[in-house]
Amino acid sequence: MADQINDSRRNFLSKAAIAGSITLAPGVLLHQTAHAKPDDQAVSSDVRWGMLIDTEKCAKGCTGCVDACNEEFDLIGSMPKSSEAQKTQYIRKVSLVEKQTKHEISLPMLCQHCENPPCVDVCPTGASFKRVDGIVLVDKHICIGCRYCMMACPYKARSFVHEAIENQTLAAPRGKGTVESCTMCVHRVDKGEIPACVEACTADNHNAMLFGDINDPDSEISREMKKHGGKQIRADLKLNTGVRYQGL
Amino acid sequence: MTKRFLRISLILTGLILLFPLQGMADTPLPSISLPEGEGVKCVEPVDDIRRNHMDYLLHQRDKTVYEGIRTKKHSLANCIDCHVQPNEQGVVPVHDDKEHFCNACHQYAAVQIDCFECHADRPQEYINRNSKPQALQQQLKERLMAKEMGAH
Repeated sequence: MADQINDSRRNFLSKAAIAGSITLAPGVLLHQTAHAKPDDQAVSSDVRWGMLIDTEKCAKGCTGCVDACNEEFDLIGSMPKSSEAQKTQYIRKVSLVEKQTKHEISLPMLCQHCENPPCVDVCPTGASFKRVDGIVLVDKHICIGCRYCMMACPYKARSFVHEAIENQTLAAPRGKGTVESCTMCVHRVDKGEIPACVEACTADNHNAMLFGDINDPDSEISREMKKHGGKQIRADLKLNTGVRYQGL
Repeated sequence: MTKRFLRISLILTGLILLFPLQGMADTPLPSISLPEGEGVKCVEPVDDIRRNHMDYLLHQRDKTVYEGIRTKKHSLANCIDCHVQPNEQGVVPVHDDKEHFCNACHQYAAVQIDCFECHADRPQEYINRNSKPQALQQQLKERLMAKEMGAH
């Protein structure tokens, strides 16, 4: 029953979003990095930021995206007292091996920036939230560190900070006792730049990651997804993820 | 008896009158150093910012987190960039030093702030991140540059 209600609401909303983007001139819409948002302008629900990851292009053994993320948020070495299992990870490489054929697929796994995020559903304080442009974030000012969201997330995307952090970067205020996860490099996106992982993958000439506005039917990412499907991981959960995969 | 009582009460009154004055002269005040230079002034009048800085910061914080508004005027980073600078010995104070601009008053007023458990307490150029793999950043830059060169 709950599913049905959610589905119909979702359909209505997505149609409304498409109608909205058609009435606007396509050239006016935010394209990838073409138009930077002025600093004093609030983000808009006309766009929904998403990612398309091509597993065929994602090189086995390459950790370019993970390294770039660790660099951007200064994750390496910031938690010397935490165990490996406790250390924060926003993005990780996952290998899938088909048991019979031994065919191996490699892909980066990160916060999927769901349209209906379970982490937001379970958060008791409202710290876990979805920005109107589809980026799922933690407001660490009101996070109490209960870690419900970590249990609710089907993608194991979130981490808890177990120790005091020092020398934070301007881009990434992080502190003990709060949950954190991939922010889709919101500090970069607000400046009209692309996320660090996508930038690194492109710089490596792998081009396995594509970032853009999935509300805009004319954006590169929308066209690619239309062509290749843009599969969701755990589509059965009907979360309508913002991070999509092809070649799975 | 009455005379003695009067004398004692006079002495006491004198003492009471004397001590507060002495006390006032000795009351330590928070020592803060303000940024110097021509045309350098705070984003708001000094008496206003002293009284209301917490409200400005809180307002800006929610605007930034929820709406992605990243104007500089009332942002914590902007305060820090101006107010936290190296002292005469070239040392940049950290948030729990008495010298740190925020801490100088907050320690005096016994108001504990949590800002710096997450936020940078110094301008970025003064943060020496030993953990940071500099080589990695350099590599990334070179790769991007090489790609751009190739495109032309």
